[in-house]
Amino acid sequence: MARPVRFNVNPQNPKISDAIGFTDLPEGLEGEGFYATKFEKIVGLARKNSIWPLPFATSCCGIEFMATMGSHYDLARFGSERLGFTPRQCDLLMVMGTIAKKMAPIVKQVYLQMAEPRWVLAMGACASSGGIFDSYSVLQGIDQIIPVDVYIPGCPPRPEAVLDGVLRIQNLVHNESLRRRNSQHYKALLNSYDIQ
Amino acid sequence: MEITNQYIQERLSEKFGEEISFFLDPYEMLNIETPKVKNLKLMQFLFDDEILRFRFLTDICAVHYPDQKGRELAIVYHLHNLQDNVRIRYKVFTSIENPDIFTATGLYQSANWLERETYDFFGINFVGHPNLKRIQNVDEMDYFPMRKEYPMEDQTRIDKDDEMFGRGSSVL
Amino acid sequence: MSDLIFPNIKLPEGSIEKKTTTLNMGPTHPATHGVFQNILEMDGERLISSEQTIGYIHRAFEKIAERRPLYQITTLTDRLNYCSSPINNMGWHITCEKLLRVKIPKRVDYLRVIIMELARISDHLICNSIVGVDTGALSVFLYVMQYRELIYEIYEEICGSRLTTNIGRIGGFERNFNNIAFTKLEKFLKEYPGVLKEFEALLQRNRIFMERTIGAGPISAERALNYGFTGPNLRAAGVDYDVRVHTPYSSYEDFDFKIPVGKTGDCYDRFLVRNQEMWQSLSIIEQAYKKVQEFKGAEAEVFHADAPEYYLPPKQDVYTKMEALIWHFKIVMGETEIPVGEVYNCVEGANGELGFYLISDGGRTPYRLHFRRPCFIYYQAFNEITQGCMLSDAVVVLSSLNLIAGEMDA
Repeated sequence: MARPVRFNVNPQNPKISDAIGFTDLPEGLEGEGFYATKFEKIVGLARKNSIWPLPFATSCCGIEFMATMGSHYDLARFGSERLGFTPRQCDLLMVMGTIAKKMAPIVKQVYLQMAEPRWVLAMGACASSGGIFDSYSVLQGIDQIIPVDVYIPGCPPRPEAVLDGVLRIQNLVHNESLRRRNSQHYKALLNSYDIQ
Repeated sequence: MEITNQYIQERLSEKFGEEISFFLDPYEMLNIETPKVKNLKLMQFLFDDEILRFRFLTDICAVHYPDQKGRELAIVYHLHNLQDNVRIRYKVFTSIENPDIFTATGLYQSANWLERETYDFFGINFVGHPNLKRIQNVDEMDYFPMRKEYPMEDQTRIDKDDEMFGRGSSVL
Repeated sequence: MSDLIFPNIKLPEGSIEKKTTTLNMGPTHPATHGVFQNILEMDGERLISSEQTIGYIHRAFEKIAERRPLYQITTLTDRLNYCSSPINNMGWHITCEKLLRVKIPKRVDYLRVIIMELARISDHLICNSIVGVDTGALSVFLYVMQYRELIYEIYEEICGSRLTTNIGRIGGFERNFNNIAFTKLEKFLKEYPGVLKEFEALLQRNRIFMERTIGAGPISAERALNYGFTGPNLRAAGVDYDVRVHTPYSSYEDFDFKIPVGKTGDCYDRFLVRNQEMWQSLSIIEQAYKKVQEFKGAEAEVFHADAPEYYLPPKQDVYTKMEALIWHFKIVMGETEIPVGEVYNCVEGANGELGFYLISDGGRTPYRLHFRRPCFIYYQAFNEITQGCMLSDAVVVLSSLNLIAGEMDA
């Protein structure tokens, strides 16, 4: 029995131009053989499409991440083909799953070992705020110990939601100023977490 | 030879006499209780006996009854006879002031971590255990969280508004 | 030792004596095995002993369960063995039905069997493909994930969720399986045998895979029983103990299936037992599907037991009929009668005997709930299994034991 359809009632054959995305050039001065623009725009563009994530998977969200990495919801087409398991080589720390208080020092240690610029993604309700486990042994959100850039709600979030979260991180990476990591504001943020 | 609950009761009564008591619960599982010093003797007998053959330890857990003075902590063993498919539940009670029980690790290797978990949650001291330390909670924890007097939530949180969760002072 | 192999090489004067290395296989594993820590004492490449630390994801399920009414504990049981959450959910519902003495109609039993066997296939697929990944065969994992997506779509059709399903209610299911679910199930039954054959062909007689896994981490049947093993790890050691056959629940006695049993209990035997169990599960699903289709007419609309004290009435009735309103109020506010007593019930989870020990004092929430978790019990044997093997064998043993951290720590 076909499910009644509300959207896409008259499907058209896809055109190749719809399948290819074009990025706009950053604003700059163009001439024959040269293009002058701000350095941080080019760096942002290059960085955002090749983020190396560290999947810090503890529980159920880890299995949903495995499904996102699989071929159905492929995360690799957004540039995250190579997963690193050591923080020294990664840009994005994806914390997936419940972090218990016993695990919290380890998350902090992994975060400290990452080199700047680094981003943190909290996937799932447990990493964002403790989730359904309001008990004595669960850390109520990883933002109690490390600064987080993007939170993905859900228990577990659908792979589409994970892709949306990664795309938002890419947005952040694209628009980040080169001076941000040395700014007073960022230093104050890290100080509030006792991170030097 | 059919091992019925009746038969188990008869065999154990003739071996242990007055120290053992039985209770057949409405879900047809035989519950056995003895004084806590006899726990190893009973389990050894159930292991060695050629007809009873309870040679598989399914589970060990504990229950806290704060209202029964002198018998606050119950340690529950679930034993299973795989060949004849018979299960029994064996309980020993101990007071909360000296919760010492002999360990079953000599008989069943699976009791090792099960007893560590019971110690971690209830504070029962298993005498003779090779490595009795906390297994699930952080090592620095100084109380036994599953006892009834301790709450489920983390008491050190300041950011949660208890009123919104129905736990504030205005709700009785 | 080197003077035996290379007799002409002499170690320089003052070289260090041979001593053991301590290696930390820390809580952050590559390849998402779960968070547990092994501290290994090694002599070069060989393991001498290992010490395990768990509890890195201890979420205090048993304490939380003392504060939740029976129907809300299903969401906690989802997160025990999260690769096969429907089995945990059904196990909990069957435990509650045993306590509350609710009788379940046959059609609901058969539907439950279909869901549980799909979950078992899903879990064994992850375990076996991760064993493949650890020996280097990454493509098998990606290929097989496609079919796990199909199983997820079937769950989604029935309960709305992919992974932590919260499927079913005490007394049956929340809605009848619609035709789309059955169409997807038929597609699965048609396509999956071919995929499983290809999966076997890629790994089972593969020379490299066999050399990595045969002889890695064997355990004898007596030691396995003493360590409390159950499930595929015990069956690989030679003991044919399966809860579905020993104490049948949910009408498993109406189905005809075999229990695969191994010989030595090493990684290869565990792999083969899990593969064969997937074939048996497939056959059970086909039989159950045929049986479900035999119910016609009014019987085909039955998806829950007739137990108004424990099963919420449909919303239209709650808004229009008095009786339904009263039952709804009683169930939600906790005024229904829950008998006082204790019950221990077990189901065959994907890892072994998953038991629920429920003590009820008549109140809305349990007095004590304890989960008998198979992973927690058999992980103790890791030290004994891996004595004397190489480090890479220990890694393969770790993944073939199918350790799920959520179940271990609870």
